Amino acid sequence: MELISFGDKGWGDELFVATLMTIAVAITAMLIGFLFALIFTPLKLSKYKILNLIANSYTTVVRGVPELLVIYLFFFGGSGAIMYVAQIFGYYDYIEINAFLTGAISIGIISGAYSTEVFRGAIQSIDKGQFEACRVLGLKKYIYFLKVIIPQMLRLAIPNLSNVWQITLKDTSLISVTGLVEIMRQSYIAAGSTRDPLFFYSFAALLYLLLTYLSMKFINKLEKNYSRGY
Amino acid sequence: MDLELIITSFPKLLSATLITLKLLSASLFFGLLLGLFFAILRLNQSKLIRGFAYGYSYVFRGTPLLVQIFIIYFGLGQIEYLRTTFLWVILKEPYWCAIIAFSLNTGAYTSEILRSAFETIKPGIVEAGRSLGLNKMSIFTKIQIPIAIKQSLPAYGNEIILMLKGTSLASTVTLMDITGVAKFIISTTFRPIEVFIVAGSIYLFITFLIHNLIKYLEKKYRYQ
Repeated sequence: MELISFGDKGWGDELFVATLMTIAVAITAMLIGFLFALIFTPLKLSKYKILNLIANSYTTVVRGVPELLVIYLFFFGGSGAIMYVAQIFGYYDYIEINAFLTGAISIGIISGAYSTEVFRGAIQSIDKGQFEACRVLGLKKYIYFLKVIIPQMLRLAIPNLSNVWQITLKDTSLISVTGLVEIMRQSYIAAGSTRDPLFFYSFAALLYLLLTYLSMKFINKLEKNYSRGY
Repeated sequence: MDLELIITSFPKLLSATLITLKLLSASLFFGLLLGLFFAILRLNQSKLIRGFAYGYSYVFRGTPLLVQIFIIYFGLGQIEYLRTTFLWVILKEPYWCAIIAFSLNTGAYTSEILRSAFETIKPGIVEAGRSLGLNKMSIFTKIQIPIAIKQSLPAYGNEIILMLKGTSLASTVTLMDITGVAKFIISTTFRPIEVFIVAGSIYLFITFLIHNLIKYLEKKYRYQ
């Protein structure tokens, strides 16, 4: 028990901060993912083949390539790309983007591909009659999107989005390879200095279980709220 | 874009593909056995056995695969007793540790897929088997299992692809699979984009093959 006590002796406070870091990265990544989904879902549903192709290659490539490879691409390539752009503007110093952003962006791009598929599926499963009814009522396009399509889409999308959230949360453990101190990295450090990897990795597993359990509870509540009748 | 690096890294990454495929097939094999075993436990009448099977799938689906590998590779070696048994021969090899972790992980997902497939089998079909005078064992192996396999093919295809991506974590325990070699080349040449293109294409090609294989099987085993 002393190992996870708070204060100088134990790793309790470090692990607590690391858990907050994991949550912060996961939420940021999920939001970045939504941003990507917001761009690519309309492209997927567009009637232009070329836009479909762009969106499809995004989701296919990202979902078919290991997360770790994507993280390495951004970890090793991220600052290089920014420095290249900076050099065009005449800035020649070394630029390092921080591990948090690298991690959140790479996990966000992965999460975005899954979210895009979820939103596409949800919009496609809304009854065609709904669109027609809106047109008959003479609603403006943005009003029927805001008032009719999006509320229904959210209701249909929440169960699958909760899966995306679970995947995103677990994927954040991979960011530990870039040195960002989240649960996995902190456990690695603690395991190294106390020579007790079994305890710390098991404790990390417990923390992840706690996070997935709590978020499921929260999402179930949300789901109930959105599936009530109007 | 460094074309030469793309050409020189391709054979290196291709030879690493063998390890990735070995890891994948071994974990899928053991994972399927584990999954079937735990799916059957989930159908058991005893609450305790059902709870045990549920706990297994909950823990392995609720924690990252990386933690699971680390517990098995770094954690288990810490137990003095294990070092004296024959298990140590297996547990000191990162290759086998990775396979154990992957199998347990994919086993948990597979058990969920198979369980839901078993649950969707209409009771009438089982009753029909019983009225034909088949015993419990043959109802299970001749009726329930074939139907469950057909039902679960699409979901299992997804699981195979997820597992393919999961094998990349073997690189964190020193194995040189596609991702491991890719990371090595990137960290020596600092050319992430070129290497990503080659390694990514290999993964996508394997995904493409798996996808089509499952599609073919789905067509073949469709209800007539």
